[in-house]
Amino acid sequence: MHDTTPLIEVNGLQTQFFTDEGVVRSVEGVDFTIPAGKTLCVVGESGSGKSVTARSILRIENPGRIVGGEILYHKDGEVIDLARIGPKTRQIRQIRGRDIAMIFQEPMSALSPVHTIGDQIVEALTLHFPISKDEAKRRAIEVLGRVGIPKAADRFGAYTFELSGGMRQRVCIAMALSCEPRLLIADEPTTALDVTTQANILDLIADLQKETGMAVMFITHDLGVVAEIADEVAVMYLGQVMERGDVDSIFHDPKHPYTRALLDSIPRLGQRGAHRLASIRGMVPHPFDRPSGCPFHTRCDSYMPGRCNRIDPPAVSFGPGREAKCLLHTKEEGVA
Amino acid sequence: MFAYILKRLLYTIPTLFAISIMSFIIIQLPPGDYFSVLASKMAKESDTIANTAALEAMGARYGLNEPLYVQYWKWISGIVLRGDFGQSFEYNRPVSVLLWDRLGLTFLLSFSTLIFVWAVSFPIGIYSAVRKYSIGDYLGTFIGFVGLAIPNFLMALVLMYVSFKYFGRSVGGLFSPEFVNAEWSWARLMDFLAHLWIPVIVLGTAGTAGLIRIMRANMLDEIYKPYVVTARAKGLSEIRLLFKYPVRVALNPFISTVGWVLPELVSGATITAIVLSLPTTGPLLLRSLISQDMYLAGSFIMMLSVLTVLGTLISDILLAWLDPRIRFK
Amino acid sequence: MTPTKTTSDVTDSRDAGLAIPADDPPTSRRHDDRDIDRADDLPVANEDRTVLVAGQWKLIWWKFRKHKLAMLGGIITLFIYFVAVFVEILAPFPPDQYNSTYPYAPPQSLHLGQVEGEFGLYVNGYAVSFDPETLARTFVIDEEVRHPVSLFAKGAPYRLWGLIPMERHLIAPDDPSHPMYLLGADRLGRDMLSRLIHGTRISMSIGLIGVAISLFLGVLLGGISGYYGGATDNLIQRVIEFLNSIPKIPLWMGLAAAIPLSLPPLHVYFLITLILSLIGWTGLARVVRGRFFSLKTEDFVTAARLDGNSELRIIMRHMVPSFTSHIIASISLAIPSMILAETSLSFLGIGLRPPVVSWGVLLEEAQNVRSIAQAPWLFWPGAAVVVAVLAMNFLGDGLRDAADPYA
Repeated sequence: MHDTTPLIEVNGLQTQFFTDEGVVRSVEGVDFTIPAGKTLCVVGESGSGKSVTARSILRIENPGRIVGGEILYHKDGEVIDLARIGPKTRQIRQIRGRDIAMIFQEPMSALSPVHTIGDQIVEALTLHFPISKDEAKRRAIEVLGRVGIPKAADRFGAYTFELSGGMRQRVCIAMALSCEPRLLIADEPTTALDVTTQANILDLIADLQKETGMAVMFITHDLGVVAEIADEVAVMYLGQVMERGDVDSIFHDPKHPYTRALLDSIPRLGQRGAHRLASIRGMVPHPFDRPSGCPFHTRCDSYMPGRCNRIDPPAVSFGPGREAKCLLHTKEEGVA
Repeated sequence: MFAYILKRLLYTIPTLFAISIMSFIIIQLPPGDYFSVLASKMAKESDTIANTAALEAMGARYGLNEPLYVQYWKWISGIVLRGDFGQSFEYNRPVSVLLWDRLGLTFLLSFSTLIFVWAVSFPIGIYSAVRKYSIGDYLGTFIGFVGLAIPNFLMALVLMYVSFKYFGRSVGGLFSPEFVNAEWSWARLMDFLAHLWIPVIVLGTAGTAGLIRIMRANMLDEIYKPYVVTARAKGLSEIRLLFKYPVRVALNPFISTVGWVLPELVSGATITAIVLSLPTTGPLLLRSLISQDMYLAGSFIMMLSVLTVLGTLISDILLAWLDPRIRFK
Repeated sequence: MTPTKTTSDVTDSRDAGLAIPADDPPTSRRHDDRDIDRADDLPVANEDRTVLVAGQWKLIWWKFRKHKLAMLGGIITLFIYFVAVFVEILAPFPPDQYNSTYPYAPPQSLHLGQVEGEFGLYVNGYAVSFDPETLARTFVIDEEVRHPVSLFAKGAPYRLWGLIPMERHLIAPDDPSHPMYLLGADRLGRDMLSRLIHGTRISMSIGLIGVAISLFLGVLLGGISGYYGGATDNLIQRVIEFLNSIPKIPLWMGLAAAIPLSLPPLHVYFLITLILSLIGWTGLARVVRGRFFSLKTEDFVTAARLDGNSELRIIMRHMVPSFTSHIIASISLAIPSMILAETSLSFLGIGLRPPVVSWGVLLEEAQNVRSIAQAPWLFWPGAAVVVAVLAMNFLGDGLRDAADPYA
């Protein structure tokens, strides 16, 4: 599976929020790779640090701060560590929107209410390319057409409140794609939309990916979506990647009890009505009292007292790009 | 847009009507009617026969012996159709002669203050929001609170005291003596501007304080909004981002504050003018109220309110032009 | 008068993608299950057991306590109301006691030392000099003369709250004929301190009573407006808009000037209060209406209705308790604007009139720039107004922030 070159390599990323009440360790040592041209799905419950990880890549993690780790961006044979660049520098600004673009969960509020959609797309284009206003407008209308907005030329001057939620998300995608980025980060882009629109947007992203050959980092808590679009999957819990690997092995051979529990909680067609849907017991712990050892041990069915609550599970490799952080897979004596 | 303006204009009509009713009530409020006050005043003067004739003419003109609604009708139709606001018995001149100059200066003062208030509070509000909890933010907030707590007339008094005590001259008026009755000219305008700043500061402090807090709150509402993050993710620089998006969005509620800032300024201008003895409506209104020269007083109250409402109307139309969400409705 | 942003504060906070208000309360996200998917953008604040069981008022208190300026404002406000309650004891003299010997006598300071052979408190006497040309009298503090003063000394008899006959004053000269002007004297030789203290009662109570009437009107009309909506709401909103769109002071002046001069002071007092509140209720009505609008679609209100509760019970038992805190915050912001309004009217001479003593009536004496140049201590009531208004604004601001402990 890992024949492609990596586009982004995240190693040991730590992002923290310093609040009055204390330090919140949102991202606590995350590792994953986004291969060029592929789709990485990041799954996890609320509070697992998915969004903060995504924002850290673009360096829009403010008011959080990256305190450790590296984000290696492979650009034409050159490697840039995004975690080392200041979030306000020209260098990162030239990457944002141009090389890495992002779309967000709320298409309702992700666009300015007082600017036309055309204006907001043209802005991205003229920012990154030395082109005239007319040329930018031509390209903006073209990209609006490509994301499936009917009568794109007429809609160029529309305001967001004149569009439906699905249309707005299409505008967001058009804006993100206008500069033909190499990576599109999609932060739960379909969560706020109704089911039909969700499917349309997913198809659109998949089609555009085929057309342009860009990589996609797709953040979701919906395993159905993962099954549909992912090449690679990273399962996050409390700021850590618990397990990662290609989509088939994650779904068919989950190594981590958390992944297994997540998969068990998907409702399936054809199951008997009397069958109770499995749920993961307990709640995601508060970030202020992170459990010691394995963060999942408080809710884990395979909890081994004395081990799971003491030892930070190391990543155990099961092949290229296939890892799980669980003590079940370490040999007793091999643990440091 | 046109439909919006039309609707807004239609909304104004009942307001203007209510203002006229209210002013008419104020005219009628003092015990003893205008007519008898006038009669007793005239009776003191000689030439009784001529006066009796004059009184009867007046009585007919204002319908003073007729029911209130007839009186109201005679009064308001005189104003609307002929610009006749009635007679000031204290000055023995038509109210309209006394009214317009002072109203003009009142609104000149209020609008100058409005511009001042906006010009000062806009950048400070943005700064306070962007540098939240910085020393500058705390300082701005504190000065803002103090500005809100000092009533206009007290600040005017303190300024007068300071200037009298330490500079040996009294502040006040809007013109130097040689320009008071002069025609408008470049020199008079300059003289006016030189006098204007004291009342502008006195009047503007409270409004500035309020608007800084509003602008700060508006900005804090906006700068964390997802569309700002979207724009940042596009690669815009922080400063361009700030002014193109949150400032632009926060501008609308900021401008719409004219709806309450203008009434407060006109309100404050009345009392400030009394303390600083400015040739605006304030001192004359107070005098006319105390001497119960009610047509003059009522006309002042009515026209101050009418012009304030019209000012708000203009600002609303301006706002609609700025905000597509209103414009397209 | 004080700008409030209640509605947008409530609605917009959900959209604030990256917002992490540093002053977030301990339970910031407690009941926010709508926003499940956003929780990973937001570090969640501390949520230990005590927080989970703390009642609404406790949460408000915890949040308020963190607001240092608001605490200070609260303490000062309490102090001012304490003064307003115990006026007769705290003031050395009755407000109208004059002494033609000492017009515009400057403030003395209180000393501790030997006086008349004993160790105790004293004030210095005055030396008077006549300017033969202007005939003006000027007073100098005479260090030689020492008049003993005592705490809880006997002075002019009075009835506390019109009931309890007493004659002790917190501080007074041992010999009532000796001058004691700790804050100076006015043009009739009346003690500024005593008048200031007596003015406190009138000014502060006008604020309270005025707000009480405003509150009644505001809750009634705002409640009707917010609960029934539709045409009623539209009408009430138009009235509010109308009252807000016209300049208040000229209108107040017009109404206050119509109060006949012959009316007894108490009637004037109530009429002025009524005039102020008839125009001042709109702010409170807006708050109440806004809360009603946002509450009536809340799940717990729907649940109460589905449980078969009567409308009145829903309002009184479920809706009112959940916005009492907002009302209290709005009240504490409305009182200072009432005080300012009364002060302004009285200052102009068309509000309260002597012999009633309010801060505004006292400031009327300071209208003439020459008298304040001669006796700057006439500004003391102005300082009292500023301190009171400032303290209550800080208090109200803190209360408003704390009113939404979950926000």
